[in-house]
Amino acid sequence: MTTRKKTRLVVIGNGMAGMRTLEELLKLAPDMYDITVFGAEPHGNYNRILLSPVLAGEMTIKDIMLNDVDWYAQNGITLHLNKKVTQIDRVRRKVIAGDGTEADYDRLLLATGSNPFMLPVPGKDLPGVVSYRDIKDTDEMIEAASRYRHAVVIGGGLLGLEAANGLRLRGMDVTVVHLMPWLMERQLDRTAAGLLQQSLEAKGLKFLLEKQTAELIAGESGRVCAIKFKDGETLSADLVVMAVGIRPNTELAETASLYCNRGVVVNDTMQTYDPRIYAVGECVSHRGIAYGLVAPLFEQAKVCANHLAQLGISRYTGSVTSTKLKVTGIDLFSAGDFIGGEGTEEIVLSDPSGGVYKKLVVKDDKIVGGVLYGDTAEGSWYFQLLRDGQNIRELRGRLMSGQSHLGNSGHQGQNNAASMPDEMEVCGCNGVCKGTIVKAIKEKGLFTLEEVRKHTKASSSCGSCTGLVEQILASTIGGAYQPVDASRKPLCGCTDYTHEEIRKAIVERKLKSIPEAMGFFEWRNVNGCASCRPALNYYLLCAWPHDYQDDPQSRFINERAHANIQKDGSYSVIPRIYGGVTTPEQLKRIAEVAEKYAVPTVKLTGGQRIDLLGVKKEDLPKVWADLDMPSGFAYGKSIRTVKTCVGSEWCRFGVQDSTNLGIALEKALDRMWAPHKVKLAVSGCPRNCAEATIKDVGIVGVDSGWEIYVAGNGGIKAEVSLFLVKVKSAEEVMEYASAFIQLYREEARYLDRTVHWVQRVGMDYVKKRIVADAAGRKALHERLADALRDEKDPWQERVRGVEAQEFVPIRL
Amino acid sequence: MSEWMRVCPLEEIPRLGSRVVQTGKGDIAVFRNGLDEVFALRDQCPHKGGPLSQGIVFDRKVTCPLHSLTVQLDSGEAVAPDEGCTQRYRARVDKGEVYLNIS
Repeated sequence: MTTRKKTRLVVIGNGMAGMRTLEELLKLAPDMYDITVFGAEPHGNYNRILLSPVLAGEMTIKDIMLNDVDWYAQNGITLHLNKKVTQIDRVRRKVIAGDGTEADYDRLLLATGSNPFMLPVPGKDLPGVVSYRDIKDTDEMIEAASRYRHAVVIGGGLLGLEAANGLRLRGMDVTVVHLMPWLMERQLDRTAAGLLQQSLEAKGLKFLLEKQTAELIAGESGRVCAIKFKDGETLSADLVVMAVGIRPNTELAETASLYCNRGVVVNDTMQTYDPRIYAVGECVSHRGIAYGLVAPLFEQAKVCANHLAQLGISRYTGSVTSTKLKVTGIDLFSAGDFIGGEGTEEIVLSDPSGGVYKKLVVKDDKIVGGVLYGDTAEGSWYFQLLRDGQNIRELRGRLMSGQSHLGNSGHQGQNNAASMPDEMEVCGCNGVCKGTIVKAIKEKGLFTLEEVRKHTKASSSCGSCTGLVEQILASTIGGAYQPVDASRKPLCGCTDYTHEEIRKAIVERKLKSIPEAMGFFEWRNVNGCASCRPALNYYLLCAWPHDYQDDPQSRFINERAHANIQKDGSYSVIPRIYGGVTTPEQLKRIAEVAEKYAVPTVKLTGGQRIDLLGVKKEDLPKVWADLDMPSGFAYGKSIRTVKTCVGSEWCRFGVQDSTNLGIALEKALDRMWAPHKVKLAVSGCPRNCAEATIKDVGIVGVDSGWEIYVAGNGGIKAEVSLFLVKVKSAEEVMEYASAFIQLYREEARYLDRTVHWVQRVGMDYVKKRIVADAAGRKALHERLADALRDEKDPWQERVRGVEAQEFVPIRL
Repeated sequence: MSEWMRVCPLEEIPRLGSRVVQTGKGDIAVFRNGLDEVFALRDQCPHKGGPLSQGIVFDRKVTCPLHSLTVQLDSGEAVAPDEGCTQRYRARVDKGEVYLNIS
């Protein structure tokens, strides 16, 4: 047997950007390359952004290792540590290290990072003058802190302040020298910087602003002993840390004649001017920007890996970045244009004595930047709104008070992770404490919400604590945290295409089965996974209601068994009771069934139905036969219930016949599948006893007609529904409500509730489609009616013997 | 001495699906994947005992219906980063019939 020789990939630079690219590449194409890595430092890949907590004594070097030496061995990667590559021979396609080690390449990846910028002042090379970049620098600072007293940090930016804080915690007397009139001027406005300076001063740091360094002076021992400024003043210094900025490390690329311009210049697929040579990370200049934060590097790594794996479907188009300071006890967040200018307006909350300052810069109803000090709980929400370019007009009133104040359940009303003690429970579903999450993030090197969910289970069930988990992640890893880009969400790990792209192609390319759709989009896994198959099944069903052959194996068990699985593997049965109105005859039948099958629990549901809990799976078809009632669809991503009040028929306050409208709506929507569950309610007067304003569609009767509300939610996170339109007749309610639901069915992502979808597309859009466009509304209404015309009742089908083997165990 | 027991014809297990087999050793889930390979696991998720037979099957994996832990069909082990293992039994197909060995 002949083995084809694998393509050789050489990586120069063993840091976060380079290794992240390899990790992404190994996920996509584990066997495509023979990989060799050169690293100038003597360590495996470590988490450089956590050097500050190491300096502060909160973590050890061991804690911040991302890929230890074993990782390289396990993945068959040849690792050259402590070897600095000094030459790239592009003609013979090989790299040569300082010690003479050579490696041939077919593809080369440059990830040489950046160098700290050293001020060109006399004395910059003296012993005791260090930069702050790597483990060696950190060790030197820790060592100095144990022997000397006076430290001066030049540079009041992010890195300088973290260094100063760490040295102060190690007992040194620290002064921060800064050229500009306020600290962190690239991330903060003057007010926020003032608050920051105050709280750092309270921690014992000293500041000299608008001071320019002239010279570093040597003492008798030859070590630095003082710093002299342009204005003639001097200050004692046994340790000087230069943290005035970084410069892309392009030395090697330049000697290889690759085009550099303040960074190795790359295109949107992370290739340099030599297409065999890629570059990622801080050494890169992309569209004129060199990034110094970790989050953009990870985005570059993803794109680069995709291209190296020869998939070639992703492009890097630049990043919007946000900053968080990793100084324990200080909460600070900044993103985008936080100063503002022509055409912008500011929303400001300022409470200096409470130590809180929040400023958002808004342009054309979109957030373009902001600074938060003291309360950064909403940082990731604002950043998401900023990145997605969402219209915030409707959110204005509650932007400052924020998202997390609105009725999240399940974590004791906490909305500020920083103030929570380690042992406090964050995730009420899976019983995960804050300390457990922090530990996992640090020890396992987690960077994304998804990774935290996988490793700790926190926020992986109901998701109500997502905001808290994001905050914990952001405060633990600082600037490396990047919320996911909600506007472009791949369907699942099996594909890079988005929900929207896939739905569009299903319709336009007339894809009519799951294998066809997976084939068209070159799914990575032949059978997909438990996330994408149910989504595809729904998208196909929605696009081709009469042609598509539903795939039961791609449905979650509840929709396959047409009952709700319980913790002990038994099922619950909820028959349809239209509008919650039943009869003595129905009740007798339900009671008889409950007795006959010894149903352990009979319970009324929140949606005005009757739940028989604890039915054995093999009894389900018999139970359904005896009940002789339609399926209540209480188990599906489907129409659930239309809750009603008694309305004008009985109620002395009722002004509209809510009960009969509710029954009519439930009959019209019967057997409807949807991206997620759909709940409606109809109230006969504004007292709203049916609680219609927390439903997907809520109808409230008034004397002159009906008000229609949409996109409410009463569960994990209470969301009051939004007013859509007021109409006069019950017929109009039917049309508007079903048009709204059909739009949701056609355009939302699988597992979006109406609230999630409307928050993304905006209520303006919904009104345009449903209220303003009468013809479009009628067409949507008709499409829904048409889709449902031949749906059969699943219980009666199974009573007749459909899918019989699903319910019958084999006895041996 | 044969310890292999005949279960059912292959086509009585849906592709990418499973059947529950009740035995003296408790319920066993017998799976059939997309390549018509068969696997048998004790019908209990290592996490909270959920019936794996009711999960969604793909490749050589099944996702538990209760809390979405994914278990490897050929080893019974949870897919990382989750941990845990469920008892695996031998299963095979011969002339269109599925056989199970629980000895």
